[in-house]
Amino acid sequence: MAEKRLSKADSFYKVYERTPSAIKDVTHYCPGCGHGVLSKLIAEAIDDFGIRERTIFMSPVGCSVFGYYYFRTGNIQCAHGRAPAAATGIKRAYPESIVISYQGDGDLAAIGGNEIIQAANRGENITVFFVNNAIYGMTGGQLAPTTLIGQKTTTSPFGRNPANEGYPIRVSEMIATLEAPVYVERVMLGDAKNTNKVRRAVRKGLSNQIDNKGFSLIEVLSVCPSGWKMTPVQAKQWMNDFMLKQFPLGVYRDRSEEIPVRESQRHVFSVDGIRDKLELPKSGEQTMQVEKPAAEFMNPRLKLAGFGGQGILMLGLMLAEAGMRAGYHVSWIPSYGPEMRGGTANCHVNLSERRIGSPVVSKPTVLVALNQPSLDKFESEVAPGGLIIYDTALVPNPPKRKDVKVLGLPATTIADELGNTRIANMVVLGAYVGYSRILPKEVVFSALPALIKRKNLLPLNELAVEKGMEFVTRMGS
Amino acid sequence: MAKQLIKGNEAIVKGAILAGCRFFFGYPITPASEVAEAAAYYMPQVGGTFIQAESEVASINMVYGAAAGNVRVMTASSSPGISLKLEGLSYCAGAELPLVLVDIMRAGPGLGNIAPEQSDYNQIVKGGGHGNYKVIALGPNCAQEMCDLTMLAFDLADKYRNPVVILADGFIGQMEEPVEFPEAYASFPDKPWALHANADDEHRLITSIQLEPEMLEQHNIHLQEKYRIISENEVRYEDYMVDDAELVLIGYGVVSRILQTVVDDLRAEGKKVGMLRPVSLWPFPSAHIAELGDRVKNFLVVELSNGQMVDDVRLALMGKTPVHFYNRMGGMVPSPEEIYAQVKTIWEA
Repeated sequence: MAEKRLSKADSFYKVYERTPSAIKDVTHYCPGCGHGVLSKLIAEAIDDFGIRERTIFMSPVGCSVFGYYYFRTGNIQCAHGRAPAAATGIKRAYPESIVISYQGDGDLAAIGGNEIIQAANRGENITVFFVNNAIYGMTGGQLAPTTLIGQKTTTSPFGRNPANEGYPIRVSEMIATLEAPVYVERVMLGDAKNTNKVRRAVRKGLSNQIDNKGFSLIEVLSVCPSGWKMTPVQAKQWMNDFMLKQFPLGVYRDRSEEIPVRESQRHVFSVDGIRDKLELPKSGEQTMQVEKPAAEFMNPRLKLAGFGGQGILMLGLMLAEAGMRAGYHVSWIPSYGPEMRGGTANCHVNLSERRIGSPVVSKPTVLVALNQPSLDKFESEVAPGGLIIYDTALVPNPPKRKDVKVLGLPATTIADELGNTRIANMVVLGAYVGYSRILPKEVVFSALPALIKRKNLLPLNELAVEKGMEFVTRMGS
Repeated sequence: MAKQLIKGNEAIVKGAILAGCRFFFGYPITPASEVAEAAAYYMPQVGGTFIQAESEVASINMVYGAAAGNVRVMTASSSPGISLKLEGLSYCAGAELPLVLVDIMRAGPGLGNIAPEQSDYNQIVKGGGHGNYKVIALGPNCAQEMCDLTMLAFDLADKYRNPVVILADGFIGQMEEPVEFPEAYASFPDKPWALHANADDEHRLITSIQLEPEMLEQHNIHLQEKYRIISENEVRYEDYMVDDAELVLIGYGVVSRILQTVVDDLRAEGKKVGMLRPVSLWPFPSAHIAELGDRVKNFLVVELSNGQMVDDVRLALMGKTPVHFYNRMGGMVPSPEEIYAQVKTIWEA
C-alpha cells in the first residue's frame, strides 16, 4: 500500500510549462472534476513502480487532451478516439515501454469504439484508463454514448430518448466478453473508500502491463459538474443515485493471477541474413547467353488469354522469368482482382532488347488463346504478320485472319496424355519457344524452379515443355 | 547483382525492409493487398512487426504511434482507403512524423472499381486532409522504382520529418518486372526528437495541437519554410528525348510507360517528340517545365483522371505555351495508338 503523501508526484512536471495558461502549477480541470484525482493516482503509481522513464502517456481528444501538460513521461497527443491504435504503434515499437491510454467516454465509446474493442481483442499490452462521466465535457456538455436515459445535455435538450439515441453503452461489460483482455474493472471516484479502490485498480492495471500480462481497462466513473450543470455536491449525489444503477461497479474480468509474468521482448534492429530472409537472388546467378530469333519474332508483345485455372498467368510469368534470364527487358501484367476468381484470365508480356515502354499490350505480335472466347475477343487485335497460338482441343473455330501466322496444337490433349491436364500451359510454352526460337530450352528449364514451388512437379513440367517443342518440330518436318 | 522478377507491390516491401523499415500496419484492399501480404510474410522474419489493423483509420493511427518512436514505419492502401487515412496523414504532417504511405491508386469516385486510375493526385499532392500541409509524393513507373523510391522515401521522411507518399497506380502495383535489389542499410540515423522509451522522453512531446493561434501560426510558418526547402532540393523528373523536342508529352506512372512507346514510334517517323515524367509529384518540377516552355511549341498532358496534374503544368507555364490534355477514366488505360492519334492532331493543327 502506498504511503500517504503530501508532495506532488515526481511523475508530474514540477511546473506545467506546456500550458498556455499564465498559471503553471494547476491543471485545466474544473472544480469538483475527477480527472485531477485519477491523474494523481496514476502519477503516484508510476512513481512507486519506478517506471516513469519508460512510460508513454497517450492524450487523445476530450478533457484528456492535455495529459501531456502534466505527466513527466514520454507524451503522444493523438486524434480523437485513436489512442488505442496509436498506443498499439508505439508499444509495438517499444515493447519494454509502459503505455497508458487515458480516454473519456466520447473518445473511447463513440468515435473510438472500434479502436478500443480491437486493441482489447488483440490483447495489446497496454493500460487503458476510461473516464466515464456520461457526457462530452471538453466540448461543453453534449450527449455521450454513456449519457443516461432522460439525461439532458446540449444535444439531448429534452433528455436522452432511447427511441432516438439508444441506450447508454456499458463498456466494461462489453470488453469483458472478449477473450484477450486480462483485467477489466469499473470503479468510481467518490468517497475515500471508493477512491482507494480506484488506487488499487490503477496499480493492478499498470502492474499487469509491467509483467507483460496483456490488456487492462479500468473504467472510472467520475462527476462532471460543469457538463452536468450542477454543483460538485449535487453531482456526487447524482452519480450515486443514477449513474451507479446504469453502471454497476465491480470486476468484470480478471485473469491477472492465471497469466504468468513475462519478459518483454525488446525490438532489436538487425540486418543479419536479410537477403536470404527476403529471398533475394544470389549475386552469382548469371544471365544466360542466347541466340537471337528471326527478326519477325524479335521483341514480342504477347497477350495470353483463357479461362481462370488454365495457368495463363503462370504461362506469362514463365516467359517473363525465362526472358529475364536470357538478358531481355521483360514485363508481365495481369488482369487482376475478381476476374481471376473463376472467369477469364489474361496477361500481357513483353520481351525486348530495349527498355520497355507500355507494359499494356494493345497490338500483340503474339496471341495465345486457350479458349474460344479469348480467340474471338482478341483475334482482331493481333498485329499483321503476328502469330496466333491456340489450343485445338478447346477452340473449335480456328482463327479467320489470313495476315497472321497461326499455330494450332492440341495442348490440353497432350497434357492429358502426360497425366495432368493442368500442364497444358507448359505445352503451349514449349510450342511457342520452339516455334519462335526466342528462348532455348535450357533457359526455360532454368526458369521453372523460380515459379514452381512443388519441386516434385518439375520433371513433369519439363516434359510438357519438351512435348510442345516436339510438336512444332514434327509440324515443321 | 542478379535481378528478380517481382510484382511492384512486393518490391515495395523488400525495398522498405532493405531501407530499415520494420513496422507495417495495413488493411487489405485491391489492388494494394500484396503490399500488406508481403509485409505480413517478411516482417516477422526480419524481426519486424506486421499488424492487420481493424480499419484504414486505425492503421494510419498505429503508424502515427510507431512513427513517434525511433523506428521506420509504413502502411499501404488504395484510393478509397487513402481517403480514410487522410485524417491521420494530416495529424502526422502536423506532428512532423516521418512515415511512408503507399497509394496503389484505383478508379473512383466512391467504391469505383479496382482498375488503375490516377485520380488521387489531388488528394495527395494538394493536401486532401485538413490544414496547411504537404507530403512528398513520389510516382514510380516500374517495379525497380517501387523498390528504389520506397527506399528513398524513408530517407526523405526522416530527413525532413515529413510523411512521404508513394503514388503508384494499379498497373505499376500489379506488374512484374526484373528488380535489382540494393544492399540493405546497416542502420539509419537516430531520430533525436523521437520517443526512445528512456529518461530523455520527459522532454519529448509528439503532438499536432497548438492551442494558441500565435503558436500555431509559428508552427505553420515553420512547416511552410520546411516545404520551401523541400521544393528547392527534392524535385525529381526524367527527360526522355526532350532536347530537340517541339512537342513534349507529360505523364507519370503507367502513363509515362505508354508515352515512351508513343515517343519511340513518333521518333521513328522523324517527329521531334519527347516526354517529361515527373518523378516527384510534390515537389512538382514546375521550374523545369517553365524552362521547357520557352522552347517547346506544345505540351500534351496525359492522365488517368479528370485532369489533376495538368493544373500544375498549366500553373508552371502561366499560359506561355499551349497545354493539351488527354485522359481516360474509370480504369480505362489509353493505348499508344490512341495517344499517337492525339499527337497527330496537335502536330497537324
